[in-house]
Amino acid sequence: MQESSAQQAHVHAPPQGFWRKHVFSLDHKVIGKQYYALALVAVFTGMVLSWLMRIHMVWPTARIPGLELLSKNGAPAGVMTPEYYLSLLTMHGTLMVFFVLTNAPFAAFGNYFLPIQIGAEDMAFPRFNMVSFWTTFLAWVVLMLAFVIPDGPPIAGWTEYAPLSAVGKDAGPGMQWGASLWGISIAIFCIASLLGALNFIATTLDLRAKGMTLMRMPLCTWAWFITSCIALLAFAVLLPACILLILDRHAGTSFYIPGGLVASDRLQPHSGGSPLLWQHLFWFFGHPEVYIAILPSMGIVSHILINSMRKPLLSAKVVIYSMTSIGFLSYMVWGHHMFVSGMNPLSSLTFSFPTLTITIPATILTLIWLGSLYGARIQLTSASLFAIGFISMFVSGGISGFFLAQPSLDIYLHGTYFVVGHFHMVMGVASLFGVFAGTYFWFPKMTGRYMNETIGKLHFWITFIGTYLIFMPMHYLGLIGNVRRYQSFVNDFMAPYLWLHKDMTIAALITGAAQFLFLFNVIYSRFKGAPAPENPWNCTSLEWSIPSPPPWNNFGDRHPIVYHDPYQYGVSGSKGDFVMQDSPEQIVGSGD
Amino acid sequence: MGKFFAVVLVLIAILSAYPIIGNYFPLPEDISTHGHLIDTQLHDTMLEAGLAFIGAQLVLAYFVFAFTGLKPDSRLKNLPGGAKLVVIAAFLIVGAEVLALGAFGQKAWATVYFVPPKADALQIQSQAEQFAFYFRYPGPDGKFGTIHPDKIDEGNQNYFGLDPANEPEARDDIVSGELVIPVDREVNLMLHAKDFGHSFYVRELRIQQDYVPGLDLAIHFTATKIGKYEIVCTQLCGLGHYNMKAYLNVKSQDDYDKWLKEQSQ
Repeated sequence: MQESSAQQAHVHAPPQGFWRKHVFSLDHKVIGKQYYALALVAVFTGMVLSWLMRIHMVWPTARIPGLELLSKNGAPAGVMTPEYYLSLLTMHGTLMVFFVLTNAPFAAFGNYFLPIQIGAEDMAFPRFNMVSFWTTFLAWVVLMLAFVIPDGPPIAGWTEYAPLSAVGKDAGPGMQWGASLWGISIAIFCIASLLGALNFIATTLDLRAKGMTLMRMPLCTWAWFITSCIALLAFAVLLPACILLILDRHAGTSFYIPGGLVASDRLQPHSGGSPLLWQHLFWFFGHPEVYIAILPSMGIVSHILINSMRKPLLSAKVVIYSMTSIGFLSYMVWGHHMFVSGMNPLSSLTFSFPTLTITIPATILTLIWLGSLYGARIQLTSASLFAIGFISMFVSGGISGFFLAQPSLDIYLHGTYFVVGHFHMVMGVASLFGVFAGTYFWFPKMTGRYMNETIGKLHFWITFIGTYLIFMPMHYLGLIGNVRRYQSFVNDFMAPYLWLHKDMTIAALITGAAQFLFLFNVIYSRFKGAPAPENPWNCTSLEWSIPSPPPWNNFGDRHPIVYHDPYQYGVSGSKGDFVMQDSPEQIVGSGD
Repeated sequence: MGKFFAVVLVLIAILSAYPIIGNYFPLPEDISTHGHLIDTQLHDTMLEAGLAFIGAQLVLAYFVFAFTGLKPDSRLKNLPGGAKLVVIAAFLIVGAEVLALGAFGQKAWATVYFVPPKADALQIQSQAEQFAFYFRYPGPDGKFGTIHPDKIDEGNQNYFGLDPANEPEARDDIVSGELVIPVDREVNLMLHAKDFGHSFYVRELRIQQDYVPGLDLAIHFTATKIGKYEIVCTQLCGLGHYNMKAYLNVKSQDDYDKWLKEQSQ
């Protein structure tokens, strides 16, 4: 078989020494854990930033003890300045979108489980893989440097709209070196992601075990594969966009800066550029990025739901086709971020239709998950709670996209909290629910120990209810025209609704605090958790056919052969109501 | 725990819908001629999306209620109709909604963007800058003086960089920090950005449009009610973004004429 000869080529010797084993490791599992750890650091940083922002927003004169240590200028005596609010907002968005939502569901879990699920010993290019992670790490370091330079982090938001982001120090605090660090960091991140995406694609296409046809791949592997294809095109556009931004800032070019601009009383020495060019390039990346964040979680949730329902989804094929069409459509919709940007109004209509059309595969997916629950034997674990919670959250967050996809409604809702509520729920929280579900589910495989279920369930309930309390009211506030990206609401118009913002802040503080339960659970269970066997959830895919934690070469000297579709549940197998993918036994009494 | 989960989901569905059904967060009063189209579209979308939201959460709640805590030997069932039903339902229901909202919903958009302003619409230019809006009226000659970025001098209140010494058109231009317009008269507002991207948002007018540096755009609208309304910036424009505000002052034609006269003196 071609597959097995390709596999032979990738056999490498066991890693030797501390550095090779734990730091500059070539092992996809170690690299996956490194991505996860980086995402964990980034998500807690981003969350604390959101706490600070929300506290400041409702109590603008409050002294936050210790904040002056983070920035003397940004928070003199611990009271945040309006511009520092924007700095934190930029860093929150950038950390969350790039270093959490791209890294955790895709790079972390994908790295760890994609090769194992297809029966490979490692990624196609292990050295590339190591370089991908350490390049991502470098991007994170460069971004975090913005906190320590005197200029502080940039204030232009995670979208870094030009020309605000392009002219340098005349744009305000943080826009001299902070914005440069942002541009350099994201450019580096793009390189890392491109390498990672290529690796995922090559691994999926070349290293599948004997019998592992494409349609026999588990749904999460499919999701990671589709995501890599999206990422390859998306980051390939953001990279040059960032390079042009850096050139505008430091080499005197004018890609994004038109002539005749007067900022800080200075006529800017640029001419001929277009701010809309940045928006087009950014959103050409930015919208597919939304799917880079959510598709892996869709795959992970499908994988876990099937396991906890003890029966396959109504149709795995339909899930694969739906995810693929979402991937395709994701490239035709970027203009819906720009309905009121000054783009030709006719193009708004052409962007509106594919955006509304994308609801069809998204609805099919939702109905497949919902419909599959019918007649199941659902086992509620921390993992499946988060997987079911994902469906609820995906519906709630996705449905508000229906409003924003219509240009005529966007005239009113654009730039309001309606948008903030929408994307936080659907791309932020829903995607993170996939990550939580994946963590509770795969932790026993990754460490050989269970996570604590009681803490896990407590974590779920606080997070599930808390996120609704934080993000659902944002939609209402958007309806009354509450503008986003304001450091506080000083006008009379918002005064009657300030109580709601205060409640949301309290909900955010409590929900955020519950995430420390999760962190504690991860760290505690890593060392003290109850020992887990090879296949604790009676699962069918290949990662559960090897020891927990897996050895460095995954399958040892064994070359797994795949005989079945990935989800043979509800059957009479030799081990119970399931048959593993690599089990040669005949399947009796299919649940279908 | 499945029962508890179901109860939570039902509560989420009810409590999320309650503020909308009870209209606790009403849209601000509509003072434009096109706004009712947007409001109707919003209302229709809310109805369809709201029903889908409540329906999906309740079905999820029911399934979680009915299919958890079962004995390990309980029989597995499949949804009658299976995946085919699901796909057909999604295509029919959502497809119809997409077409309906997509097709009919464009009327409001078309009214704002594809219908040109009337020839006699009041011409006003607006300049957005960190962190203020300025509005310019052409004066009795009906012509605007040219903007010279190099002549902008905020200290001397020459916000637009006019050159009255050399350009007669600029001499009678009226500049105001407030957008004063007559009621029931169409206004063609030309948007010019001095420094960065900004946005013109008046909730009551149902208008939001970015100011794009290097690209002067125009929007047109008719205000139907006398009063003072807030203009806010909705495009992140720098450290004082939250404070970038002005007022739209809709006056009767007589009051407007009086105001214009006072300004030109």
